[in-house]
Amino acid sequence: MLNSKLKLSNKIFEKDIEKRACRDGYGKGLVIAGEKDERVVVLCADLTESTRSHHFQEKFPKRFVEIGVAEQALVTVAAGMAAYGKIPFISSYAIFSPGRNWEQIRTTVALNNVPVKIGGAHAGISVGSDGASHQALEDISLMRVIPNMVVLAPGDAIETRKVVIEAANNGKPTYIRFTREATPVFTTDETPFKIGRAEIFWDSVSDRVQNITHNSVALIACGPLVYEALLAAKKLDAQGVGSIVVNCHTIKPIDEKKIVEVAKECGKVVTVEEHQVNGGLGSAVAEVLARNYPVPMGFIGMNDSFGESGKPDELLEKYGMKSDSIRETVEKIIEKRGGEKDGDFKSQKERWE
Amino acid sequence: MTTRELEKKANEIRQDVIKMLLKAGSGHSAGSLGQADIFTALYFEILKHNPKNPLWEDRDRLFLSCGHTVPVRYVTMAHAGYFPRDELKTLRKLGSRLQGHPERTRLPGLESTSGPLGEGLAQASGFAYAARMDGRKFRVYCICSDGEHDSGNHWEAVLFAGKYNLSNLTVIVDRNNIQIDGYTEDVMSLEPLEAKYKAFNWHVLHIDGHNIEEIIDAVNHAKAVYEDPTVIIAHTIPGKGVDFIERLPQWHGMTPNTEEAKKALHELRTLGGRIRSEHE
Repeated sequence: MLNSKLKLSNKIFEKDIEKRACRDGYGKGLVIAGEKDERVVVLCADLTESTRSHHFQEKFPKRFVEIGVAEQALVTVAAGMAAYGKIPFISSYAIFSPGRNWEQIRTTVALNNVPVKIGGAHAGISVGSDGASHQALEDISLMRVIPNMVVLAPGDAIETRKVVIEAANNGKPTYIRFTREATPVFTTDETPFKIGRAEIFWDSVSDRVQNITHNSVALIACGPLVYEALLAAKKLDAQGVGSIVVNCHTIKPIDEKKIVEVAKECGKVVTVEEHQVNGGLGSAVAEVLARNYPVPMGFIGMNDSFGESGKPDELLEKYGMKSDSIRETVEKIIEKRGGEKDGDFKSQKERWE
Repeated sequence: MTTRELEKKANEIRQDVIKMLLKAGSGHSAGSLGQADIFTALYFEILKHNPKNPLWEDRDRLFLSCGHTVPVRYVTMAHAGYFPRDELKTLRKLGSRLQGHPERTRLPGLESTSGPLGEGLAQASGFAYAARMDGRKFRVYCICSDGEHDSGNHWEAVLFAGKYNLSNLTVIVDRNNIQIDGYTEDVMSLEPLEAKYKAFNWHVLHIDGHNIEEIIDAVNHAKAVYEDPTVIIAHTIPGKGVDFIERLPQWHGMTPNTEEAKKALHELRTLGGRIRSEHE
């Protein structure tokens, strides 16, 4: 059931749930961060309105820097400003930044260890009709392999706003990836948020402990697909399958404790992300579990392919990232596990505990 | 210091560069020797800095974009009193603050982490832009190689600094005409370099990059240019001061062996005895 402590939207499973784009939250967050700290500056590479950086530009014109279509300069100029003492947010599409300027990010931001905040807009396949060339599906992998880098993928407009405000003060190189389309706003202003702390949004397992080896799963998701995971959890619940849904907005540093905890409780994990399965959230979770508590896993995301033009929902459907695909993946894993005896699982469990 | 004293200092710095590279066994000889006069002029005459307080807020900032010539920066910093000359022996060794390419977080006094080419001017420009926002009076300097002018990131920064009239920024280009694959004009011709910078709204000066007085004069000239950033194209001889290294692209990324180092040091010491400034 929904975690009532988190004060999630009370319309979460209703048709008229409010929809707003994460990028709107980014734009709002920039203004609030700018009000709180005058060191905050925003640099943009010719995408001011569509990254919603124009709100900051209007409010603080002297702290806004237009760079033009030059993503390598975008990050290196920002690195210089950060070395001086500013807190620069750099806004572009994820495909260009960090897509085009990866080595500059590695050398002048991460190795140099200055607090540049990379805002990667229009991430994921849901950017839609622009097609594969503009659909950043590799950015989480690119950023999480770099030492010193914090990697964040907020789930809705409100959470994106909170991410921006908190990232402004974390003193670290930070990547924030967010999507273009209006998506359900399932958190509220009151929902607790902390970088590095994954939250359990839904839990329909705890009261059926007896069945955990066969009939429960942990869904670990990031970005707006957290909502699809919640929809899947509700459907699974109706089928008698318990689940825990974790909003893992921080991919690095990842909340190892929470991930191991839910893996132990459910015995099976499915990760959900709008990103290549290779190297993304799923890989990060698999690394944690392989080291601590291996369990069967399923991976929802792009399976080593490029996208194409289409409507966001059509694309998410076609490439298997909607709630029905999540449900089917869960069913397959449960089927596999169902074929094993309880004893096998127990001995495996003992081995790792 | 008098010009003659500065010239002598540059000669001493060249000798330590040779010793340091011999000890390290790898590194970049040609550019390091070629930039010795520029670094000497900067650290002993031009820069407002305090070796005992390397993070002094009001210091002038010197960015080294072509990180591979950092040996000459380390030697000059040691001579200026940032750290003991003995530490120069640790270049490129495990645990050293003197990394093969400079890292800001390891050695106070370095302003950036560099090595991958074409990224320094943009960082210096961002720094100069931020400093101007806050009305700070110090100046920002950036040393670039000519080879790194092949890179897109560099020209993006030239556009940026030109557009925003960063007159608190002075760039010194080490125009030594060599890069790894050969002579710059064969690899990817840069000329007319002056016309290129002018077209990007920069103020351009040319100097003999081994003439200490010309270096100092050009930097002072740049301070008086209020409209645009200034680029000083410093014509230098790669490997300057050591006959068998001078002008040869193969010495870009090579270090002398014991025999060669002995020869080089002999040559530099002999030359040192002959330094008589024309300006006295």
